[in-house]
Amino acid sequence: MSRAQRRLLAKIAILIGLVIGALYAGLPVLWMLSSSFKQNTDIFANPPQLIPSNPTLEAYTAIFTDPVKVRFFLNSYFVSLSVTLLTLVVAVLAAYALSRYEFPFKRALNMVIVSVQAVPPITLLIPYFGLIMFLGLYNSYPGLILTYMVFTLPYAIIMMTGYFNTLPRELDEAVKVDGGSSWTALWRVLVPISVPGLVSVGIYTFMIAWNEYLFALTLTKTPDMRTVPIGIQLLMGQHSYEWNQMMSMSILGCIPILLLFLFFQRYFIGGMTAGAVKN
Amino acid sequence: MTSASLPARVQQLGSPTRRPGSGKAKTTLVPYGYLTPTMVLLVVLMVIPIVMVISYSLMDNVIMKKNPQFVAFKHYSDILTSESFWTAVTNTLFFTGVSVIAHLVIGLAFAMMLNTGLLGNRTKAIFRTIYVLPWLFTVAIIAVLWRLLLEPNGVVNYLLMAGHLTGTQVEWLSQPETALFAVTFINIWSGYPFYMTSLLAGLQGIPADYYEAAQVDGASPWQRFTSITLPQLKPIIISMALLDFIWTTQQFALIWMTTGGGPLGTTEMLSTYTYKLAFSKYQFGTASAAAVIVLVISMILAFFYVRAQKARD
Repeated sequence: MSRAQRRLLAKIAILIGLVIGALYAGLPVLWMLSSSFKQNTDIFANPPQLIPSNPTLEAYTAIFTDPVKVRFFLNSYFVSLSVTLLTLVVAVLAAYALSRYEFPFKRALNMVIVSVQAVPPITLLIPYFGLIMFLGLYNSYPGLILTYMVFTLPYAIIMMTGYFNTLPRELDEAVKVDGGSSWTALWRVLVPISVPGLVSVGIYTFMIAWNEYLFALTLTKTPDMRTVPIGIQLLMGQHSYEWNQMMSMSILGCIPILLLFLFFQRYFIGGMTAGAVKN
Repeated sequence: MTSASLPARVQQLGSPTRRPGSGKAKTTLVPYGYLTPTMVLLVVLMVIPIVMVISYSLMDNVIMKKNPQFVAFKHYSDILTSESFWTAVTNTLFFTGVSVIAHLVIGLAFAMMLNTGLLGNRTKAIFRTIYVLPWLFTVAIIAVLWRLLLEPNGVVNYLLMAGHLTGTQVEWLSQPETALFAVTFINIWSGYPFYMTSLLAGLQGIPADYYEAAQVDGASPWQRFTSITLPQLKPIIISMALLDFIWTTQQFALIWMTTGGGPLGTTEMLSTYTYKLAFSKYQFGTASAAAVIVLVISMILAFFYVRAQKARD
């Protein structure tokens, strides 16, 4: 067998492998998309229809015309964006201190921030239930936003500290020589050139908040405070199963993440895999 | 002399023209100022809750009732001698162990196919985007999607029956024999892209001349894989496997929304077991003890993770 033939065979083998992998990864997603355009009666049609025989926007209309369901999305957007913004601000402040100053207990604090990431949500859930009640934050936006920040902040601080460490200290020294404070150095000089790091961390944070389920389930009660993941679950419990609506809600629920992925692919993957891959 | 050492030197000299002490106090307090919001959040939402959960675990009648009583380690012994706890431990170990191994195998296989030099970049980019898809869905979506697919008259059973792999419709998620395998399968589907992207980055970082040198020496593809690829990826693999192990032992939403721990406790995990103790049975003391046990397990795993990370530096 010639070299060219061997290459061709290897190429065909890899292509077959890739297609099998794509079916495994993609078919369920395709099924979700197709089911969201079906009438509920066609969901379990036999034989199954990958392309709906009577395509309809019925499921989407049902979501958009129901104020309760629209509210799930508004809640999710509001909570996730607030968490992202607040996390970035708090993390930038902390990262600046950790990157630019030496102070007592710095190593200890570093250890705390690293290990806090491993605290299981279920461990915090029981005391939070009492604490959030005590603070009067049960079934409220601030209750959700604050609890989510505990899970987004450690990673954000670690990432931003690493990012600031790559920026030369001469930058902030220059500001101080000109009579500026460290505050000016941080916000006027460091933050503007840290946009790539902020985007990575921001995407990661948004995703954590958008996907969170356990605390949203336990710390909210009324439908007007529920987020999308809980909304999908509520749909499952209602009278008969409206599979087509669950699928259209799922499609709508993954759109922000999909858009972030498509537009910021490099930052997205950078932010998500930095824990394991070191550069 | 560098500019950084200048102030220190001035202080040493004790120059009387400088306000005594003020310069030093200022430079030491500034970082704490920046760290205040973080520390307040960590104390209120991490330190205090952990202290609370530990104290709950030593008491009876907490949260819902107003007369807490100290019972020492009663809840711990109750849990450690309860059969359902150990079932949950076994299930969690199976679920986590199988998931981590499968994630690794699938992630590595996909990453290596995507790293091939035989196909064009555009083709690879299309496949990479498809492969990343499961990553873009929140667990709630993954749970409903797979419930739909695995319904008795759903599409998975249709395909299996069409291929004569099963004779009848299988209720994958509501039969004790299949439920644990089904939730593990779903978790594998949703988790491999994290490995794939990390390993792909790792593969791209292996210098091409390593492979060229091995080829000159006449190494077979399998030898190249075991003597170059695997050793080079080992640090990434260890970090990821540990992280994944920690996360998967904590998985709650997927189980809760597919099987709820049932049928007959066959998919009960440590997380669902603890949640039910607290929010279905309202045994907050016992639930807190379970939560502390879960915390200790996670901390031990985290210790190994940090050690593995340090070893790489």
